[in-house]
Amino acid sequence: MFVRPIAALAGLCLFAAAPFAQAQDKPTDPQIAHIAYTAGVIDVEAGKLAKDKSKTKDVVDFANQMIQDHEAVNVQALDLVKKLNVTPEDNATSKALTKAATEKRAELSALDGAAFDKAYLDNEVAYHKQVNEALEKVLIPSAQNAELKQLLETGLKLFQGHQAHAEQVAAELK
Amino acid sequence: MSIEHRSLWLAVVLVLPLAIAQAAQAETIQVVIDKMAFSPTAISAKVGDTIEWINKDPVVHTATVKGEWEVMLPAKKSVTQRLEKKEAVDFYCRFHPNMKGKLTVD
Repeated sequence: MFVRPIAALAGLCLFAAAPFAQAQDKPTDPQIAHIAYTAGVIDVEAGKLAKDKSKTKDVVDFANQMIQDHEAVNVQALDLVKKLNVTPEDNATSKALTKAATEKRAELSALDGAAFDKAYLDNEVAYHKQVNEALEKVLIPSAQNAELKQLLETGLKLFQGHQAHAEQVAAELK
Repeated sequence: MSIEHRSLWLAVVLVLPLAIAQAAQAETIQVVIDKMAFSPTAISAKVGDTIEWINKDPVVHTATVKGEWEVMLPAKKSVTQRLEKKEAVDFYCRFHPNMKGKLTVD
């Protein structure tokens, strides 16, 4: 029973970028809800920055899509936690995600034009990849509530689509 | 029987059964969108059939045929579309271009 989550976490510590590596224990449902919601808000914020800064139609369209989809999933997440009477709980992973996002935002804000487009899209690819790995290996297997698990699974498919879309737009820029 | 009555009677006898026969033949085909995929991905239909697009995802999708037509599919809603002409087309979701399908209307 305990081998699998620990193995998954060990795998994450080795391969994933910093924030999720700090998830030391199997997260609880209130923590998972908080992590998923935070991850969504971060991408909405990144999308709003790109919408303001980019002048490339494909990049702006992609950014609008990220805002629309992540806001929609977060509305579902909020509806679900309300229905389940769960209070999302702040935790080390959420804090690390927010910290990394703040740093990335400062980095992106300093760029303009083609350099911004490339950095934004590269980060979208890397960020979705990291979130998807965390969903697949830690968050979905750890979720106890069936409806929460279901929403995370839908999110995973959606974000895999976003990752592919980001890769496609990034490839077309070159 | 006046002219008006006779034409009405003719309409009932001749046209109504035709309309009923056509309505009985036309089918409604359900296409479910769940977790970022159309199911089935290959749709065969006849002119006059209706597609019921059932979007189970929490996000908005589209069924788009480039340069031809587009149906908006709001989150967690169903939308019906009557097929008016013969065509064999590839459709996709404009918002999530990796979602694809094929529609053949005979």
